[in-house]
Amino acid sequence: MKPFTYSRATSVADAAKAAASTQGARFIAGGTNLLDLMKLQIETPTHLIDVNHLGLDRIEPTPEGGLRIGALVRNTDLAADKVVRRDYGVLSRALLAGASGQLRNKATTAGNLLQRTRCPYFYDTNMPCNKRKPGSGCGAIGGISRSLAILGVSDACIAQHPSDMAVAMRLLDAQVDTVGADGVARAIPIADFHMLPGDTPHVETALKSGEIITSVTLPKPIGGTHVYRKVRDRASYAFALVSVAAVFGKDGGSRFAFGGIGAKPWRTPAADAAASSGAKAVAEAALSGARTTHHNDFKKTLVERTLASLYRQKEARS
Amino acid sequence: MKFDTPATTNPIDKGRVVGVAHDRIDGPAKVTGSAPYAYERHDAAPNAAYGWIVGSAIAKGTIAAMDLRAAEAAPGVLGIVTHANAGKLGKGNYNTAPLLGGPAIMHYDQALALVIADTFENARAAAKLVRIDYAPQDGKFDLAAEQGNAVKPPDGGFSGAADSAVGDFDGAFAKAAVRIDQRYTTPDHSHAMLEPHATTAAWNGDKLTLWTANQMIAWSVGEVAKTLGIPKANVRLVSPYIGGGFGAKLFLRADALLAALGAKQIGRPVKVAIARSQIPNNTTHRPATIQRIRIGADKNGVIDAIGHEVWSGDLPGGGTETAAMQTRLLYGGAHRMTAHRLATLDLPEGNAMRAPGEAVGLLALEVAMDELAEACGVDPVELRIRNDVQYDPEAGTQRPYSSRKLVECLRAGADRFGWAKRNPKPGKVRDGRWLVGMGVASAFRNNLVGKSGARIGVDGAGKVIVETDMTDIGTGSYTIIGQTAAEMLGVSLDDVIVRLGDSRFPASAGSGGQWGANSSTAGVYAAAMALRAKLAEKAGYPIDQAQFDDGLVKLGDQSQTLAALAGREGLWAEDSIEFGDLDKRYVQATFGAHFCEVGVDVDTAEVRIRRMGGAFAAGRILNPKSARSQVIGAMTMGAGSALMEALEVDTRFGLFINHDMAEYAVPVHADIPQQDVLFIDELDDKSSPMKAKGVGELGICGAGAAVANAIYNATGLRLRDYPLTIDKLLKAQMG
Repeated sequence: MKPFTYSRATSVADAAKAAASTQGARFIAGGTNLLDLMKLQIETPTHLIDVNHLGLDRIEPTPEGGLRIGALVRNTDLAADKVVRRDYGVLSRALLAGASGQLRNKATTAGNLLQRTRCPYFYDTNMPCNKRKPGSGCGAIGGISRSLAILGVSDACIAQHPSDMAVAMRLLDAQVDTVGADGVARAIPIADFHMLPGDTPHVETALKSGEIITSVTLPKPIGGTHVYRKVRDRASYAFALVSVAAVFGKDGGSRFAFGGIGAKPWRTPAADAAASSGAKAVAEAALSGARTTHHNDFKKTLVERTLASLYRQKEARS
Repeated sequence: MKFDTPATTNPIDKGRVVGVAHDRIDGPAKVTGSAPYAYERHDAAPNAAYGWIVGSAIAKGTIAAMDLRAAEAAPGVLGIVTHANAGKLGKGNYNTAPLLGGPAIMHYDQALALVIADTFENARAAAKLVRIDYAPQDGKFDLAAEQGNAVKPPDGGFSGAADSAVGDFDGAFAKAAVRIDQRYTTPDHSHAMLEPHATTAAWNGDKLTLWTANQMIAWSVGEVAKTLGIPKANVRLVSPYIGGGFGAKLFLRADALLAALGAKQIGRPVKVAIARSQIPNNTTHRPATIQRIRIGADKNGVIDAIGHEVWSGDLPGGGTETAAMQTRLLYGGAHRMTAHRLATLDLPEGNAMRAPGEAVGLLALEVAMDELAEACGVDPVELRIRNDVQYDPEAGTQRPYSSRKLVECLRAGADRFGWAKRNPKPGKVRDGRWLVGMGVASAFRNNLVGKSGARIGVDGAGKVIVETDMTDIGTGSYTIIGQTAAEMLGVSLDDVIVRLGDSRFPASAGSGGQWGANSSTAGVYAAAMALRAKLAEKAGYPIDQAQFDDGLVKLGDQSQTLAALAGREGLWAEDSIEFGDLDKRYVQATFGAHFCEVGVDVDTAEVRIRRMGGAFAAGRILNPKSARSQVIGAMTMGAGSALMEALEVDTRFGLFINHDMAEYAVPVHADIPQQDVLFIDELDDKSSPMKAKGVGELGICGAGAAVANAIYNATGLRLRDYPLTIDKLLKAQMG
């Protein structure tokens, strides 16, 4: 860890302004990912702006019938929220599938969206990694890549996005509400929030310098049966090999989003459109353009199988 | 005390304290945080500075240049140890690569420098400023690729002979009615103990004290002395509490050596912990194996020919993973062969991890036995019973087992687990989305014994005090040693004070190879016998008639308190147990039977253990409570080796790339919902006066194979390349 200075933000606008005007500044909320990365000098901020005291920890209904989730709502609290459990079950389930109780107590909604990949080459500073050190190459391509992404990858990077929560947010068409360094608020659809690696895998989100997430807004509930199925190497406390968030609608309209396979939380309109044709068709649509290694090609099969399992359970229920 | 004839009735047989379940006597200190661990010895070494290890960024080569200027100028930096200023260092007997590398580099993350600073944070930050230019060399990192270049290693050490042969294996195998010939692989494993390697070091003149996490105090005193080139008498090791070891802390490692060198350089105590992310590559691991097993049997499954070949790799000068050793002993068969071959690899050094040899050998052998059972149409429990042998099958009937209750374990375990309900046809049992199967495997682990000493005394208050350099690595040594002393002197466990892990105490067998419990309590037994004699003499009672009960020494109606006999000065005795050749004349081993029920998701191939159960025979169980903990912990580790544990080798860069506990998966509670342990009554009079045997490693032996066999029974998929992860199951399913 490099020495850094620390300040506590008193307002959202000040936080954004300070972040934009201080070279090497980062926001810190739960710190469950950032601090680990700082210890390894994968992240080397010179200044931390603590945003824990900005009052962004409320869950409120929106006039449109949706739900505004404060950026600092802890994962534990969000998963346990009555409205979330009733109307957005997939989100609660996804949250509870992630990390451990201790981490969820600390981790925040905005921080979860911003968590960084678990690619082992990203974590070892002696290894090449374009995400950590642009231009150094990708250690994972041609290396150990069993856990890594097969969709949205590039020649520069095959890192996977590790979040469970973000997959559910993607499924629910959440929007990310921010305030920029200029004090101007904007709403970013979650589909546009995470960036694909392309030639710039170190650029992971649409956030601009200083821009701070204030909340994540869910549209009004869509009903249906909400499921989140996470397939992993052990029963708890492991990142997904494949996860599927799904809402099966009563009218036959269903939607799907995927974790563990994408450079970002993965969703395609074609997969949703194929819902009535069954698991195989949904998988085929979702996996269009997949690029695998000999370590992670099983993920294609696993996506289909996981979907098959969900369809089977859905049929058993109805 | 020499132990060279089988034990007869002795005070331990009373079974008043020994053999009764007790809470750990060190438990309250541990759960209240008052038990001092090596990195927290502020009490003993105040003002310690902090060291951070800089590991090599390459696997093989040399240091071309090292620039310390930026690090030296960083805030709080007090000194930097490198090969250039450490002075001439020897190399210990137990480590393969130098613990401080340079200019030659032998493996990734080999320590090349220790940066010492006033705070932990300053040391860690400054360590990143050490600039090293490397001259890399090509290395060999792929065991499969080097298999053909593997050679027969020298005989000796713990490994014994590399090869063994009895009868005409090739001929008998060729003629056998049923033949199994399969290849199995196991990956490199990391010990993944909770407490990392850690040491606080302080010099007083030329005398060095290391508060360190170490399983083997006497060994490591010698290693420190040899490496630093100082007399053993000038080295003190203190290791009263250890947060897990599993073999990782058998030896002197870089934390202790560099803390010592750092403290010398700056003239102030220094403490060093090996960071979690450094442990897999800086320290030791269990080496990967390639194994071939051939079994020839008649159509009833009775073995006539059994062969087991093992390939593993290590750095030049390193050793083998002795995975065929149990195959020399476990089952009968007139025609036999085993062979170990060693390839040179430039990966970090391999060494002992919980049940070296057996833990991975049985992952192969016990699956092969399942395959044989299938091929013969014999129940797998019955197959093992048919091949039971009550003597060393290589040496013949003149070398019987001291005690062997494998058959009893199989029968009692099967009964308790509900084995009879198993459908022998694979893939036939369904519970919702789960395919359900059951598997069995034999457990086998050698019983090793070693010389072990202790000092025992009674103070003026009648408290019994035991001192030995034996260690408690979470196993429960404090408690069984306390129980032994209490039993021997007729006091309650509450009246015993146990002091462990200090090289000022008599040398013990230490903790390793599951020899610690039996050997060290036998050492306490020996010392207690000497103290009993002293107490009886002081009381004026003939020792053969004196009774030790209720804090009293009694003769008929007369009695005197221990406190009074000890007087103000106390009364002390010291002795050690030394073992004769009973372990040569008899095979001494521990046995068990593992049972496992798994569910395999019909779609995703996720494997979930539903329950594990086992029956074990390991001589007298000194403390059933902590023994059970040892066994279920080991079963858990066995399940990990079956399902998830693997250090992933990047053969381009020559390192284990998944070097943290997020990416090196070990089982969590949710993975193993139910575990059941049954101990079979057994007293082994040839193992020690305690009539006990080791139990700390037995539980891992065969546990993973029972999981693998359960997966086969659930699905009909036979996987032989561990760990049995989803990707492999899916591929097997698709053909």
